[in-house]
Amino acid sequence: MSYDRLIIECSKKGRRAYSLPRLDVPETALPDSLLRAEDAALPEVSEVDVVRHFTNLSQKNYAVDIGMYPLGSCTMKYNPKLNEDAASLPGFSDIHPLQPESTVQGALKLMHEMERMLCEITGMSAFSLQPAAGAQGEAVGLMIIKAYHLHKGDEKRNRIIVPDTAHGTNPASASMVGFKVTQVKSNEDGEIDLDDLKAALGEDVAGLMLTNPNTLGLFERNIELIAKLVHDCGGLLYYDGANANAIIGKARPGDMGFDVMHLNLHKTFSTPHGGGGPGSGPVGVVEKLKDFLPVPVVSKSNDKYYLDWDRPLSIGKVKAHYGNFGVVVRAYAYILSMGAEGLQKVSETAVLNANYMMHALKDLYELPYDRTCMHEFVLSRLKDNPENITTKQIAKRLLDYGLHPPTTYFPLIVREALMIEPTESESIESLDRYIDALISIAHETVEAPELLKEAPHDTPVRLLDEVSAARTPVLKWND
Amino acid sequence: MFPYVPATDSDKRYMLDKLGLDDIEDLFKDIPDNIRLKTGLKLDQPKAELEVMSSLKELADQNLDASKAAVFLGAGAYDHYIPSVVKHLVSRSEFYTAYTPYQPEISQGTLQAIFEYQSMICALTGMDVSNASLYDGASALAEAALMAADATGRNKVLVSATVNPESLRVLKTYLNTKGIELMIIPMHDGVTDTEVLKDKAGSDTAAILIQSPNFLGYIEDLSEAEKAAHEHKALFVISVDPISLGILRTPAEWNADIAVGEGQSLGSPMSFGGPGLGFMACKSALVRRMPGRIIGQTRDINGKRGFVSTLQTREQHIRRDKATSNICSNQALNALAACIYLSTVGREGIKEIALQCWHKAHYAASAMTRTGRFSLAFDQPFFMEFPITSDLDPDVIQSSLLKNGIIGGLSLEKYYPELKNTILYCVTEKRTRLEIDTLCSVLEGLK
Repeated sequence: MSYDRLIIECSKKGRRAYSLPRLDVPETALPDSLLRAEDAALPEVSEVDVVRHFTNLSQKNYAVDIGMYPLGSCTMKYNPKLNEDAASLPGFSDIHPLQPESTVQGALKLMHEMERMLCEITGMSAFSLQPAAGAQGEAVGLMIIKAYHLHKGDEKRNRIIVPDTAHGTNPASASMVGFKVTQVKSNEDGEIDLDDLKAALGEDVAGLMLTNPNTLGLFERNIELIAKLVHDCGGLLYYDGANANAIIGKARPGDMGFDVMHLNLHKTFSTPHGGGGPGSGPVGVVEKLKDFLPVPVVSKSNDKYYLDWDRPLSIGKVKAHYGNFGVVVRAYAYILSMGAEGLQKVSETAVLNANYMMHALKDLYELPYDRTCMHEFVLSRLKDNPENITTKQIAKRLLDYGLHPPTTYFPLIVREALMIEPTESESIESLDRYIDALISIAHETVEAPELLKEAPHDTPVRLLDEVSAARTPVLKWND
Repeated sequence: MFPYVPATDSDKRYMLDKLGLDDIEDLFKDIPDNIRLKTGLKLDQPKAELEVMSSLKELADQNLDASKAAVFLGAGAYDHYIPSVVKHLVSRSEFYTAYTPYQPEISQGTLQAIFEYQSMICALTGMDVSNASLYDGASALAEAALMAADATGRNKVLVSATVNPESLRVLKTYLNTKGIELMIIPMHDGVTDTEVLKDKAGSDTAAILIQSPNFLGYIEDLSEAEKAAHEHKALFVISVDPISLGILRTPAEWNADIAVGEGQSLGSPMSFGGPGLGFMACKSALVRRMPGRIIGQTRDINGKRGFVSTLQTREQHIRRDKATSNICSNQALNALAACIYLSTVGREGIKEIALQCWHKAHYAASAMTRTGRFSLAFDQPFFMEFPITSDLDPDVIQSSLLKNGIIGGLSLEKYYPELKNTILYCVTEKRTRLEIDTLCSVLEGLK
């Protein structure tokens, strides 16, 4: 019988899991008018209860440290333990963001160095580490684009172009920043349809958001022409760095013609995904956009680092203080560990692993875009599929094999998409196990389809009723 | 060989052979030659673990951290005690090396923990529903404003000048880019000027945003603001310190529509300002307008209790440009830390911590003002932070304190030009009587 309790169900009056030093100052009376009427109904448990509860919960999670986790466009690479130790140094974790600058020179230096290294890796001129995640980086990048046009007195540019393969955050970010969104089609090679792009361009276009390689895992070979077309009509190019793991050390967004971009440190630079955050989405810009970056900017003068707030053209702030600094420390340690040579190995191996898997699976699964892929590839339905087994069923069956499924049903332009990104962290044995599982599942769809229809069988819970969860929401324990 | 990249040369050869390729470069032929990086990146050589750690230690050692100094600085980031269990449990790699729970059957650990987090945020704030967390308290306030504009169809937000200036800056950025008008209601005697607020609130107001305890540490009387908001059918948004809710009146008791705040105090270290987390809770009627993930309880096909991401049609991966927000990753691991923290301190601990902050801060304030040379800037009830005015230059005070192993408070003139020579001090439960007495004697010894 697997563990099935809520922490509140472990609660018993009189138990406690904390201790505080005895109050060593005289008490000051509290006026009743300020007080809450009832105690917050939090659990009352012992320390043993807390530890067993959360340890049991942890065992209901799949994670990179358990096995391969090939979620496309999420770059679920291994999270080096050294980086955790580095971020836990009290000199990083126990410093206050508003301490005098003279007492945080090491932290400011780390940020300054990190910005410099990210500029080198991407070909940008300046970086801000402030955005807390990729989506916030996108919003910042778009705010910069908007500010740039307005600064030039160009007030008509209210439209952002995104391809139909874009991550959902792209149009959502554009809309959040007050832009209208125009979607352009992909062509039969899985790249932006140039005619459609040309038709969408105009003097009201503020910019184009592009992921390169795109979410099909394919490099946009026309990128130079695309950049020219967008620039010629006065727009700017935004690089969504979600797929940067494919190109580090091989090509740089700055050289491709991009003007502004974000990186996801929790993807390319190995920081843990944390069950859904914290991430970090630094934003880089070319020279002409530097002044629009969020404040403050870490600067250096006479060997002293300081925070420069005097930036009249800045878009302002999007997050308190300087970003998810603890995440930045981890990524910094990663770049030091890998160096230029290591980062190049990363992209080469990530791309090789993806192509190896694609090659091994394309006989059994439809491959809508059959060409060399970058760090990920997208399969469609099974070729031999008499029972109309869906991608969801394949994904759930993978759970029975003890594996995390790929990203499913994305990108939206591929029917029944299975988007696989193995990353460089997987050995050939690990890739082969995953391939074997997908081959075995392909055979099961013909020989024992009921296994798929009822999957998963061997997980802590089985198929969950998501419809009633949304229809009659129970969102806390006393609902 | 690199420890994080298992492929050997012979593995690579084997794989390339399978692909019918000679060289790994053949995989990069789609990148036009013009834009290939031919020189290699100008970064240092790879470093061994020992070397990386020593580089990082060197940087860390250049910072003065809370293990070496007594921190009397707050203003939005707080040096509270974090029980040992929090770090140990958050460091279980089943939690921190997982991602967003896209496959609920193998993510029940994360999902249940977030459900419990939501439940405890509701218990603390008294609100009906909580989301799974946002980036920080500042962006949570901004998201609340956007949510209110969306819910009311109105385009103007009133915010008190006593809101944390970092949050105010973020709010400005978010609203400015979206074309929503932001009006700042001035401060009077250290709290929101409710006369001006009542005067400015109207049928075009989407929301009234107030923080309590406010940036100066003062506990605001929110009754007039609540009336002003609801009289005009605007939403009432309160930003709150979650620790203070161990004892203070809840946002629900003030009849808030949305409660937000910074949750770093709940088990996350200060970490130079991030990562922490933003929490957001609201009345049930607003749940479908909430940004970010929400976890709900359900059953599996065998009737067993389980948890899933729910009400996802609000979110960017489904609704794209029509989503309630662009947020995707949130601060899940910090929400987990908050969940473990709140489970650990529990019903009694959250009260005791809040009370210790209260008593120690009030002891400190009265000790600091006993000679008459230092005085409280305003006469208002406060929680654990308070502004102290004197005739001394804040920089002089700060450097004298630093020499005595104390990180002093925040000089307020940068944020409120009228508050010259005024410093905001914070006293958490971690501060001892000895540290407070030392602080006072350093202050009293200043010429």
